[in-house]
Amino acid sequence: MVEFALPKNSRITGGKAWPKPAGATQTREFKVYRWNPDDGKNPSVDTYHVDTGDCGPMVLDALIWIKNNVDPTLTFRRSCREGVCGSCAMNIDGQNTLACTKSMHDVKEGAVKVNPLPHQPVVKDLIPDLTNFYAQYASIEPWLKTTSPTPQKEWRQSHADREKLDGLYECILCACCSTSCPSYWWNSDRYLGPAALLQANRWVKDSRDEATGERLDNLEDPFRLYRCHTILNCAKACPKGLNPAEAIAELKLKMVERQV
Amino acid sequence: MTARIERPLSPHLQTYRFTLTMAMSIIHRITGVALYFGTLLLAWWLIAAASGPAAYSNVQAFTSSFIGRLIVFGYTWALMHHLLSGVRHFVWDLGYGFKANERETLTWGALIGGISLTVLLWIAAYAIGGGR
Repeated sequence: MVEFALPKNSRITGGKAWPKPAGATQTREFKVYRWNPDDGKNPSVDTYHVDTGDCGPMVLDALIWIKNNVDPTLTFRRSCREGVCGSCAMNIDGQNTLACTKSMHDVKEGAVKVNPLPHQPVVKDLIPDLTNFYAQYASIEPWLKTTSPTPQKEWRQSHADREKLDGLYECILCACCSTSCPSYWWNSDRYLGPAALLQANRWVKDSRDEATGERLDNLEDPFRLYRCHTILNCAKACPKGLNPAEAIAELKLKMVERQV
Repeated sequence: MTARIERPLSPHLQTYRFTLTMAMSIIHRITGVALYFGTLLLAWWLIAAASGPAAYSNVQAFTSSFIGRLIVFGYTWALMHHLLSGVRHFVWDLGYGFKANERETLTWGALIGGISLTVLLWIAAYAIGGGR
């Protein structure tokens, strides 16, 4: 359902301005989305000042600096701090990306605005509930499906066939693309979204997989695949430089090709 | 612990920075809806032409008024924009034009092309003596 405004309980009200760090010569302002499930209040935006002389260059460095030095209650996911795990996906300066690979100096002017991934239920602060996202990934059955007898050793694949998976296998399921998509915002209950569809294409294109027809049947639905209107936010958001929009176009082409 | 928590929805349109392709997607939809009304106008014109001079002069009185011309001009743009934007979608549906520079070029092309075609059409229309 298209709903432009946020529900009543989600509107942002107020927020605390934390004092500037004492003795810092260079600071950067951060405006961070906060929501605490325990106090019964609406979400708010807190203002922090980060001592850039004492802190690494990335937005994740700043968030960790805030948690260590200013406000230990600030809550966010992070793990690898090098763009491999996808845990710290969030909306920074109006675009979805990974906090660990986004430099705060790339945000040109004013405060660095940090929000959770858009249009998701919030667990706390910058942590979205991605249950639906993972369930959609599971629904495309992301594993090798075969009918022929299992070989003695491994399922073999030529170099050329392996290369067909380039640009697909690198996906880290950070959800930046899906939660950047307006079509996904309005229809995430029925539209699978760019991440799950890119993964679907990854298995359709795998030369070892023998369930291509079944996989495409599973996507033959007005919503699951065809809610993609080529808005292209997904391709712009992907922190790994992948192109979910192109992967979806390939799937749509395969749908047509098998009918002619 | 068992009580369900009413979780807020994180901000979306409120926070997401508009991209060119995002704006053009919604404009494509809006021009598409506008074309329904434009087609009604076209139908009115054709029916009037078939029914006789009196009905036709009614249509002409409307389309030659300032508001009328503005609406017809808007209809022309909606048609031209939707046409070129449609071609852009056709290219994408064939699996081409997804690279960063290609998608921006296609999108700017549809936007600027739609406006240019509209202006050209109107210049041509006035040049051959329309609008008097």
